[in-house]
Amino acid sequence: MYTFSSKLKTFSLILMALGILGIGYGFISAPKNIQEVEAILASDSHNNHNEATVPAEEHHAVSETSHAETGEHKAEVNSEHEEHLNHVLHQLQNKPWSALYVACIFFMLISLGVLAFYAIQQVALAGWSPVLFRVMQGITAYLPVGSVIFFIVLILCGLHFNHIFVWLGEGVTKVGDPNYDAIIANKSGYLNFPFWILRAAIFLGGWNLYRYYSRKNCLAQDESIDDSFYKKNFNISAGFLVFFIVTESIMSWDWIMSIDPHWFSTLFGWYVFASFLVSGITTICLVTLYLKSKGVLEHVNTSHIHDLAKFMFGFSVFWTYLWFSQFMLIWYADIPEEVTYFVTRIQVYNLPFFGAVVMNFVFPILILVNTDFKRISWILVMAGTVILLGHYIDFFNMIMPGTVGDQWFIGVSEIASILFFLGLFIYVVFTALSKAPLLPKRNPYIEESKHFQY
Amino acid sequence: MSNKVIYAIYNDDDILMDAVKKTRAAHHHIEEVFTPFPVHGLDKAMGLAPTRLAICSFIYGLCGLSFGTWMMNYIMIQDWPQDIGGKPSFSYIENMPAFVPIMFEETVFFAAHLMVITFYMRSRLWPFKEAENPDVRTTDDHFLMEVAVNNNEKELVSFFESTGAVEVKVIEKH
Repeated sequence: MYTFSSKLKTFSLILMALGILGIGYGFISAPKNIQEVEAILASDSHNNHNEATVPAEEHHAVSETSHAETGEHKAEVNSEHEEHLNHVLHQLQNKPWSALYVACIFFMLISLGVLAFYAIQQVALAGWSPVLFRVMQGITAYLPVGSVIFFIVLILCGLHFNHIFVWLGEGVTKVGDPNYDAIIANKSGYLNFPFWILRAAIFLGGWNLYRYYSRKNCLAQDESIDDSFYKKNFNISAGFLVFFIVTESIMSWDWIMSIDPHWFSTLFGWYVFASFLVSGITTICLVTLYLKSKGVLEHVNTSHIHDLAKFMFGFSVFWTYLWFSQFMLIWYADIPEEVTYFVTRIQVYNLPFFGAVVMNFVFPILILVNTDFKRISWILVMAGTVILLGHYIDFFNMIMPGTVGDQWFIGVSEIASILFFLGLFIYVVFTALSKAPLLPKRNPYIEESKHFQY
Repeated sequence: MSNKVIYAIYNDDDILMDAVKKTRAAHHHIEEVFTPFPVHGLDKAMGLAPTRLAICSFIYGLCGLSFGTWMMNYIMIQDWPQDIGGKPSFSYIENMPAFVPIMFEETVFFAAHLMVITFYMRSRLWPFKEAENPDVRTTDDHFLMEVAVNNNEKELVSFFESTGAVEVKVIEKH
């Protein structure tokens, strides 16, 4: 049995407290109206008060050359300037919300990635991993908690507390409304709040049901006299994987792709899947290394760690493959309605966009290609940290350009949201780990797993 | 000086592994072991140094990557930078995504083929090479350990008979 050390508990509580303070600060300091936005833009341009209004003035100058200056034109310029300020206001108001949203979905999907990996291990009758099943179950214990918070955030989006999802905006589908958007209106059969939130409820519910029963059966198998619970787990795992791959794909359209509702990509679901699956495996590896260093995982040897590291390496390459396939196909064909997605990211998010590739591909491939390195704890901790940060940036790149645009910054709101969810994650996961023995007793493959050697 | 060797023949890989361990413990020098299939852990039991083929392969891959990069840069950017369907040929980086499939394949091609050729050269394998089988049965169902004899023939023969060998032969090698 593992006992949640009081030090780690205090540490996670401090993270959560700091996170809440930072999140609160982010919401309080977001501008309330366009006057505040104007002040922020003016102070951004450092003593040069005119710079903020340059676009409007330029436009003004252009119209002056072709037309005589009339009051009508002045009014047009002013309304355009106001429109710009309104746009920036929405982006700045979105900033704390998006920061919360990215961190929330990131940590929830990590535990979902672990759940998918766990189900695959069950169905594949893997002989090496049963000693790690309880670790995986501990990590997936975050799923119910994360799902509830995430679901609340989705409902708040639907209740217009924020502008993360453009298509949830008022009047977007109403003909004649100033906000009317024909493209979104055409998609409203799919992108409408009741259907969207119902799908979310079904997906989150389905995943959590599998998690609940799988753990219950696994614990029951310990006390059982035959393998019936093991077989039950095999069956529900196979069923879950079918359900998962369908819902995962739809989930990625609903919660991530619909942030840019004018854009679509067919391999997006796989791309998101690769991102959180590799994060999930990395998390298993890091938690295993931590528990191993505490001496509570007696039967986990360097061969198990080596296998996890191989999966980290392989799925990092898989993520890159999908990242590049998506990027290169759109870059190559250069169709205007698709390519704007990457134009924004390359022009406005240059460093995070390409930095994510360096962190998620170049770094792991050079470090984890070496067999000996895959058995050295500190190298894996370092590589794992970079991979996790890299995939946070990946989610940041997917979500932020559609919500805050060029107003992005990794500041108090973003870091505080990460800290809050990291603290919560650690608290929930290690509490769950301390609730059951870390070695399944009657798993048919447990003996093989204990003596696993690569 | 005579070049006598002992051929100890086994018909089970577990017995062979035990014999190899005993032989190493008795400090007899194992010249070679012939098996019909890979015996897991035999290299470790014999104390063979790990292979460096993977390191070679990594370096070959880097060569392939460099070659692919150089080739595409020379042809598409330096030599004749045409406008082909609006692709930007002004600098390598601007048109790089189009070259990645080639760079990738060159990397894999060099890494794989040069590694295989290295393997053939290091293990001296080529067409028309004369086979070095000490006993034809070692390609089917027997395992053979070859140990050099240094004026201790009797001792060695009785040693190998005690390790479970089905046959122990003393052979004059040329």
